[in-house]
Amino acid sequence: MSDIVPFVVFTLQAAVRAGTPLLFAVLGDILTERSGVMNLGIEGLMLVGAISGFVASYSTGNLFLAIVVAMLAGAALGLVHAFFTISLRVNQIVSGLAITMLGTGISGLWGKGYVGVVAQRFTPMRIPLLSDIPYIGTIFFNHSLLVYISYICVPLLWLFVYKTKYGMTLRAVGEAPEAADSRGINVFAVRYFYTVLGCSITAIGGAYLSLAYNSMWIENMTAGRGWIAIALVLFATWDPVKALFGAYLFGGVTALGFRLQAIGADIPTDFLRMLPYLLTVVVLIFTSTEKLRLRVGAPATLGIPYSREEKT
Amino acid sequence: MLEMKDIAKSFPGVKAVDDVSFVLKSGEVHTLLGENGAGKTTLMNILFGIYRQDSGEILIDGKHVKISSPHNAIAHGIGMVQQHFTLVPSFTVAENTVLGLRELGVFPRTGRVERRIRELGDTYGLKVDPDARAWTLSVGEKQRVEILKILYTGAKILILDEPTAVLVPHETRALFDALRKMKEADTSVVFISHKLDEVMQISDRITVLRKGLAVDTVDKKATTKAALAKMMVGRDLLVDVPRTDVETGSKILEVKNLRVNDDRGLTAVNDISFTVRAGEVLGIAGVEGNGQRELAECIYGMRKPLNGKVFIDGQDITRTPVRKRVQLGLSFIPQDRKGMAISPNLSVEENLFAKNYATQSVPSHPLLSNRTGVSTASRKLVRDFSIVTPSEKTRAKYLSGGNIQKVVLARELSSSPKAVIAAQPTRGLDVGAMEFVYKTLLEQKKKGAAVLLLAGDLDELFRLADRVAVIYGGKLVGYASPDSSNREKIGLMMSGASGAGDEA
Amino acid sequence: MPVLSILFALFVMGIFLTVFFMEPGRGIRFALSRTLEAYGEMLSWPFGNLYGFYETLNKMIPLAFVGLGLCIAYRMRIWNIGGEGQLYMGAFAATWGALFLFNDLQSPLLMACLVISMGAVFGAIWGLIPAVMKAFAKTDEIVVTLMLNYVAIFWVDYLVYGRWRDPAGFGFPLTAEYPAAARLPRIFDGNVQIGLVFVVVLAVFLEYVYRRTSWGQKSALIGDNIQAAIYAGVNIKLFTILALLASGAIAGAGGAVQMMGAQHRLQPGFSPGYGYTAIIIAWLGKLNPIGVVVVAILFGGLLVGNEQLQMFYRVPIALVYVFQGLVLFSLLGGEAISRYRIRFHKRGDE
Repeated sequence: MSDIVPFVVFTLQAAVRAGTPLLFAVLGDILTERSGVMNLGIEGLMLVGAISGFVASYSTGNLFLAIVVAMLAGAALGLVHAFFTISLRVNQIVSGLAITMLGTGISGLWGKGYVGVVAQRFTPMRIPLLSDIPYIGTIFFNHSLLVYISYICVPLLWLFVYKTKYGMTLRAVGEAPEAADSRGINVFAVRYFYTVLGCSITAIGGAYLSLAYNSMWIENMTAGRGWIAIALVLFATWDPVKALFGAYLFGGVTALGFRLQAIGADIPTDFLRMLPYLLTVVVLIFTSTEKLRLRVGAPATLGIPYSREEKT
Repeated sequence: MLEMKDIAKSFPGVKAVDDVSFVLKSGEVHTLLGENGAGKTTLMNILFGIYRQDSGEILIDGKHVKISSPHNAIAHGIGMVQQHFTLVPSFTVAENTVLGLRELGVFPRTGRVERRIRELGDTYGLKVDPDARAWTLSVGEKQRVEILKILYTGAKILILDEPTAVLVPHETRALFDALRKMKEADTSVVFISHKLDEVMQISDRITVLRKGLAVDTVDKKATTKAALAKMMVGRDLLVDVPRTDVETGSKILEVKNLRVNDDRGLTAVNDISFTVRAGEVLGIAGVEGNGQRELAECIYGMRKPLNGKVFIDGQDITRTPVRKRVQLGLSFIPQDRKGMAISPNLSVEENLFAKNYATQSVPSHPLLSNRTGVSTASRKLVRDFSIVTPSEKTRAKYLSGGNIQKVVLARELSSSPKAVIAAQPTRGLDVGAMEFVYKTLLEQKKKGAAVLLLAGDLDELFRLADRVAVIYGGKLVGYASPDSSNREKIGLMMSGASGAGDEA
Repeated sequence: MPVLSILFALFVMGIFLTVFFMEPGRGIRFALSRTLEAYGEMLSWPFGNLYGFYETLNKMIPLAFVGLGLCIAYRMRIWNIGGEGQLYMGAFAATWGALFLFNDLQSPLLMACLVISMGAVFGAIWGLIPAVMKAFAKTDEIVVTLMLNYVAIFWVDYLVYGRWRDPAGFGFPLTAEYPAAARLPRIFDGNVQIGLVFVVVLAVFLEYVYRRTSWGQKSALIGDNIQAAIYAGVNIKLFTILALLASGAIAGAGGAVQMMGAQHRLQPGFSPGYGYTAIIIAWLGKLNPIGVVVVAILFGGLLVGNEQLQMFYRVPIALVYVFQGLVLFSLLGGEAISRYRIRFHKRGDE
């Protein structure tokens, strides 16, 4: 059984790789949902992020620009969602699904000419010293730049949400908008801002797929990751640090599937692909009590548009 | 220092405030007195930037100001404690206090904030733990936090919307002490109320509003309760409904050793037992949040008890679902009118017959509803209970509070129930609607129903109840006879001072 | 307002199309005229031509089935996003029945009853899982139904790529064709599948349920104010479970009817997202059964029109999604704006 250790190490490394797009999507959606806006458009946003980042990289060769373009594209769709759900107070579920449709369509249409094309991409970079740590180095410190950025994003967002005044404002708006309003916080502006910001971060998750994970554009390449991300936000109880574990856990399940297949285990691939979804369902059973929601400061108004007139 | 000139504001269908002028001097307690619906809250919401006036202007220290939002109002040194508290449940007291303040650093340091809250609390006698999470606080504590929030900003004008409605007498006294201290510190207070005793205790000047119009502004020293009452209502105050004594009959509603949890899983009702007989009104006095809601919901069947039994007419209904209890003749007038008693987007008719599937008061087959029967019956109920509505097809939410309550009464009482649970049935109603509620409940008593009345307002209990039990911390702490001479004693029991009651 | 909304969507879509038709060396005028030509094709065939309209009706059937099922849940504010999965489970169960369990059955009527019931049962099971989780563990039904969509799709994939693959199918991922007894008759000279009748009957039945039965009354109570419903003595857990069961059963039956009436074999991706489009249809139909059918016809026509574009103008299928998204947003926007207008109007009146 001497090959069990490398097997585990490579699976874990793959878990981080496969978990990163989820992580970006979840982090983005945590911001959006914390402000009280539900977003079922993640899948579409990731696809638009993937294609726009890819096109930008292909035409300019500049990866930094590619990420900026992906974020802008995500922000643009996020703005549509924000306008419909916050200003027009359209049902957030319906609007989110429409965003997914629109995003899927736009990415497919736009990506028509980019199938099979090669663009500048993120390559793995070893971090000196850290990557020499046995096992840990291979698992965590031999990845592309975007993975390292996601490492930094997690504690930063955690600090932002729980320790800064902006985070306080954000949480208050999602949990008790009338309280925030009475303190002179512009609930609409806050929701707009975090919906757009969240969507742009989510789009990075898509760009990671086309610029690092698969390193090419494939139509519908997100393959349902957006929906898992939505479940993970619940699983992580809107906490960026728990999101990290959740994303890697699910990345790990995906990676394990591929690994098992690679070593010739006799399990149908479709069952392995089902696994993350089934796991989500099971996990959710244990994370939905009222007391927990109060303790973690769940955005109590998730899905409910705010209107000052109706409150009074 | 503050002047509101010719303020007017209309809502669909009503002129809420009609050319009202209002002057607030520095360091005074100025009461806005009026019935529910007189426009007091609307006027202050305009001052606090929640509504924009249709016409009129606001001056502070002689300068014109435009108050477009609460933020703006805070910047002008105005703070308001709403009737519905606005705290973020998962935040601590300190976090709630500083939320949204400009002075806050990027990384708020709560240590300093907590110290300042303690200082303020000591100065004004408003003690509260700055580190406690808001969802764990009692109603009285929440109110203190709301006031501290405003004092923390250094506001010079404090608006309190019916602050005493949720307080027991000794808490009210503490609040008034705090207000007096604020006065000394040159803070002006606008005190919204319709309780004359309190108004006479605390005010310097009083502006009376009626139906959106300012009747007059008077000096407290130059007026009397009777004069104020006349201005407020436009006629003499509530005629004392004579308490008819009805021969009480057999035990109808019986509760034994009931123990119930609240939504958070904490014990809310702790070992409560009582009986109500036919033709009797048992009043349960208590400050909101002492287990009344859970007690009522448990008797009615919406909440499972951990322990104990409920009987109606000798029959054990502890495990019976709501539908069956309704069929057995149990009625419930919930405290949360819009949140529970009615479905706001459904029609008056649908609300009147929401329980018809169980009561069959108009026979209707589950697979083919009796539309004509229901319409006829609902028109009759609208007439009998004099519900003011454009039609019985109007959505319930468009009705006034009093008429919504009449819809509830019509549904709950028209079927001649055996037992009625009435929770805060007159909260927020104007005098006319209040009288209607009293009259209807007393009629039920005369018809031989057992009535359980949960209320915080002692006057209401004295007017209706045959016996009064006091609830505190989920326990019945004692009984008293409904007599004004017992006011102080009941007040003490409501605040948890034990051993004051008679045994019943 | 809806007409204006659709015109607006067509206008925006026109921009996309024009860009798509742009060819180097030819002016914008060429692209514009191609766009107009394409629009003519896209609208006249599904709505202006009898045979095109038959196609529209055929496309509308699965959409309406799922949409009607979803209404039941949405009226109680239970957010079943699992129409797609329930449709797939129905199709799977129908195939199981038609090809493996009852394949020797000769009576078409008995076959239809058995196979459609199987579809309904498996669709219902797919609704029961989130229902039980919601009723007893307060789990969020949106996420659970979403996840189950994928489980169902992968399950069907597994079968058609593996155990159920037709040996005579040249290696394509398809099952064998249904036996003749498991094919539903067609109406309008064989141009429309009989599912149309089922849809109409179902819609009328649901209208009656909502207008005249105590189920309708109670679900209105739950939908408007759940506290008031509990207070009125409605058993919320029971209704949650029943609503999702019924919702799933109708979608599952829809899957079975689609198999027996149109597809006659199970294949991956037989649904181009009917289950998701149906969510939007249910919403735009204001959760009224008849309204849902009307909106479903509109969206069926859109699908047919887009197929025309794909065939004759080689427009990629992704454009369908773009167009659907656009139509949706403009309809939603139009509705929201007219809602505001009414409110202002009212305020002005009084």
